[in-house]
Amino acid sequence: MDTQALLSDLEDFASRSGQSVSTLARKVFNDGKTVTRLKDGGQLTPRTLDKAVAALDALKQDHLGAKGVRLSHLDRLEAESIHIMREVVAQCDNPVMLYSVGKDSSVMLELAIKAFYPSPPPFPLLHVDTRWKFSEMYAFRDRRAKEAGMELIVHINPDAISDDVGPFSHGSAVHTDITKTQGLKQALDAGRYDAAFGGARRDEEKSRAKERIFSFRNEHHRWDAKNQRPELWNIYNARVAKGQSMRVFPLSNWTELDIWQYIHRENIQIPGLYLSAERPVVERDGVLIMVDDDRMPLEPGETPMMKNVRFRTLGCYPLTGAVESEATTLTEVIQETLLATTSERQGRVIDSDGGASMEQKKEEGYF
Amino acid sequence: MAHHDPLIASDIQAYLDAQGSKSFLRVFTCGSVDDGKSTLIGRLLYDSQLIYEDQMAAIERDSKTSGTTGEAPDLALLVDGLAAEREQGITIDVAYRFFSTDQRKFIIADTPGHVQYTRNMATGASTADVAILLIDARHGVVEQTRRHAFIASLLGIPRVVVAVNKMDLVGFDQSTFNAIDVAFRDFAARLEFDDIMTIPVSALDGDNVTTRSDAAPWYKGPSLLGFLEQIEVDRQSLGAPFRLPVQWVNRPNLDFRGFSGTVASGTVSKGDPVIALPSGRRSTVKDIVLYKESLEHARQDQAVTITLTDEIDISRGDMICSASQPIEVADQFQAKMIWMDDAQLFPGRQYIIRTTNNAASGSVTAIKHRIDIEDFSEAAAKTLRLNEIGVVTLALTKPIPFDPYSDNRSTGAFIVVDRQTNRTVGAGMIDFALRRSRNIVRQDLVVNSSARAAQKGQSPAVLWFTGLSGSGKSTIANLVDEALFERGHHTYTLDGDNVRHGLNRDLGFTKADRIENIRRIGEVANLMVDAGLIVMCSFISPYRAERQMVRDRVGSERFFEIHVDTPLEVAEERDVKGLYAKARAGEIKNFTGIDSEYQPPENPELRIDTTKMTAQDAADAIIALLRDSGLLDDPRLIMQDGGGI
Repeated sequence: MDTQALLSDLEDFASRSGQSVSTLARKVFNDGKTVTRLKDGGQLTPRTLDKAVAALDALKQDHLGAKGVRLSHLDRLEAESIHIMREVVAQCDNPVMLYSVGKDSSVMLELAIKAFYPSPPPFPLLHVDTRWKFSEMYAFRDRRAKEAGMELIVHINPDAISDDVGPFSHGSAVHTDITKTQGLKQALDAGRYDAAFGGARRDEEKSRAKERIFSFRNEHHRWDAKNQRPELWNIYNARVAKGQSMRVFPLSNWTELDIWQYIHRENIQIPGLYLSAERPVVERDGVLIMVDDDRMPLEPGETPMMKNVRFRTLGCYPLTGAVESEATTLTEVIQETLLATTSERQGRVIDSDGGASMEQKKEEGYF
Repeated sequence: MAHHDPLIASDIQAYLDAQGSKSFLRVFTCGSVDDGKSTLIGRLLYDSQLIYEDQMAAIERDSKTSGTTGEAPDLALLVDGLAAEREQGITIDVAYRFFSTDQRKFIIADTPGHVQYTRNMATGASTADVAILLIDARHGVVEQTRRHAFIASLLGIPRVVVAVNKMDLVGFDQSTFNAIDVAFRDFAARLEFDDIMTIPVSALDGDNVTTRSDAAPWYKGPSLLGFLEQIEVDRQSLGAPFRLPVQWVNRPNLDFRGFSGTVASGTVSKGDPVIALPSGRRSTVKDIVLYKESLEHARQDQAVTITLTDEIDISRGDMICSASQPIEVADQFQAKMIWMDDAQLFPGRQYIIRTTNNAASGSVTAIKHRIDIEDFSEAAAKTLRLNEIGVVTLALTKPIPFDPYSDNRSTGAFIVVDRQTNRTVGAGMIDFALRRSRNIVRQDLVVNSSARAAQKGQSPAVLWFTGLSGSGKSTIANLVDEALFERGHHTYTLDGDNVRHGLNRDLGFTKADRIENIRRIGEVANLMVDAGLIVMCSFISPYRAERQMVRDRVGSERFFEIHVDTPLEVAEERDVKGLYAKARAGEIKNFTGIDSEYQPPENPELRIDTTKMTAQDAADAIIALLRDSGLLDDPRLIMQDGGGI
């Protein structure tokens, strides 16, 4: 930088920062006259010039301090998720947000409300229902959709209704396949959606670590791990042919801890099931199952016990293990979570087979 | 997860407050399987105690079947995810890992380092603040190291940490380490790194990974994690010119018109003068909205919505900039390009060039050279194949706002999308705009009919509307024209109004003149088809032979005869222009239907009965016909944003 460049830089910064040139010059040159001398064509020694440039840089940095607010990791995650959601709305014709009523869905919904505020999120919520969720979840779902000003679409696989499919009568694998995997495909086909937001995170399971944020699915909703679109910078390619679609995961880079911290910071509503309360449970194969309604067949000699329990994840009540806990506030839940020594998915029945199980399920169209 | 901060148990509220202000770092790791990269990442995860007991139990179980470390748990298994790669013993894609310390949350983009994975390395490097390059202490700087460093530098990562791994196998020998340090710095002088750090580590035993190790007392620097925790990444770019790529226009009601986007660089404050590009319109920032908050300032990486004091027209694809430092706008560039698809690059072919908030049709007009990533030499090339890198010139069909990539990694980057397969086939970094100057050598393309059509992204055709005077031909043709135009097609409508007054003003309405009229129109339509347009021709054209003549001239596959079938009595009753009355009164001679014959088409592509169909229904039916004939893209394929393609 030469003397004249320094001078124009100084004047530019003076106007940007609202300080007078003479005030700035005093700070940069340690005296008020140098700037006049330079304006008249005077020169500085290289050493003085270097010092002045450094002093001006330091002043610029200080100036940024106020508006260059530090962004915490949560701020950055929030901004990334908002960017992703806006990109989907800008690029896709008919997006939908899958809403599963859990804590990740709660965070995703909150981010959607933020992304488009003051407009309501310009897409509907879709709940692929199994008819076996905790009854409290249904009330929470309906209330939140209404508060967000969003249309709520609920789909239940008609086959599940006609055959009265349930986890007790058909087993967890059949129940999950019919109500969730097949139900989801039906709902997405029926709505002709070209993009569906999901709340999955990359830290949940190993095969998810490689999934793109914009994940392409063919006409049969299949995911091909070896044939994914490269995803560079924050530029996303949501272009699909008719019948194909994108699954979009705005929470990809969040971890379970981030989710809890964000819920805490933003005071986000989550279903009360995450907090401990006295609930009727029975113990089966070492797992505490809540007796949420009278569809649960009790085995001989089995009587529900009242225990203080909460849930680390929410799903179909017969498939979701409760943990004994005294954590009745959000901060206490977070405390317990941080001190926990097992991962949250352990309570889910679907993951407990071989390491590649989730990957296979995804190739078949599981979300 | 067993976070061991005693505050968690004693004062969770204080812990959460402290944790809420963690900083953030994106790290890119690169190295071959043999360098111990997966082990290093596994070690970072393991030592920062982010592995749950059940996950660890699974690793211990897997270590016995597929591990390489005997009885000790194989930490690499924490990282190698997909079944396919476990079988092959290699990682095959980009994987993202997360861990955090009390100071910082880290995202690691982990990629394999084989030569055929340039694509994955570029993907992982594109978002990273820091690159970790692994070097095997026994082998030193090898070809792969140079390649990885080159890609990290190409993608603009400012800082690189060289982790000299397997120091345990060379007895933590200082001179070995120093030699590698010197060799790497010597080589990297040719690259663009701001900062290079070299650290001796043993991923297997954890030396200098998360904590300083006594094994190398001569090393005085920080551990790898210690270094990653303290480096400052964003001060520099905060001082860059303000750029807001407009992603979405937020218009909930008449009183609010906001421009939503993620700030790409710099900062902005309420009251700042701004300029929108490419339009060049100026205004002042009225408010910065983030949900229910109104912010005084916004900075790089914040996703905000900005309102302005003036009602100026801004849409997706535009860039709002500080008024004193506007962004450049251009439609021809030199760029570095990485090819990422099995199908090679075809110079001259129209691809979709997608930037952070914009999309335009564009083609590579020349490949200046290919860069050989083995020795960085420049080689002549006619194409780029999978994993090849080249310097190209690029021509877009519309100007876009941009910064050179070296100035701004967000506004200088683009991806290349294939129009047919919709795949992301390439990625690029803009060097500079090419001015219209004599030294621009255009790709010597064969510019023919199909090239012109491909440039417009459409199949040319003639829609020939025939029917009695007043049947509704022009009304329907105009609706079709509008619908096609809205979908981004290039169209033109020929009708009596624009032909009879000029080109054919020497012709009357005798049979001979009517035939010559149609012949000339047919020739003009054919030229327009050759230019790649979709042409609407709206003429009574009463004679079958002349319509057949045009069909033969244009080619039957591109000719759509649409019979706008309105019975004479209906047309006469409508008599929009009062012509039938005049003809009946004998004031107009040779009027079709009155004293001149109309020969209805025998096999039109479409017959429209206007007594049963509205003009809009008719237009929809015609669009459907074109789509069914494969002439139009499905509407889903038409880009909504960026416009024009």
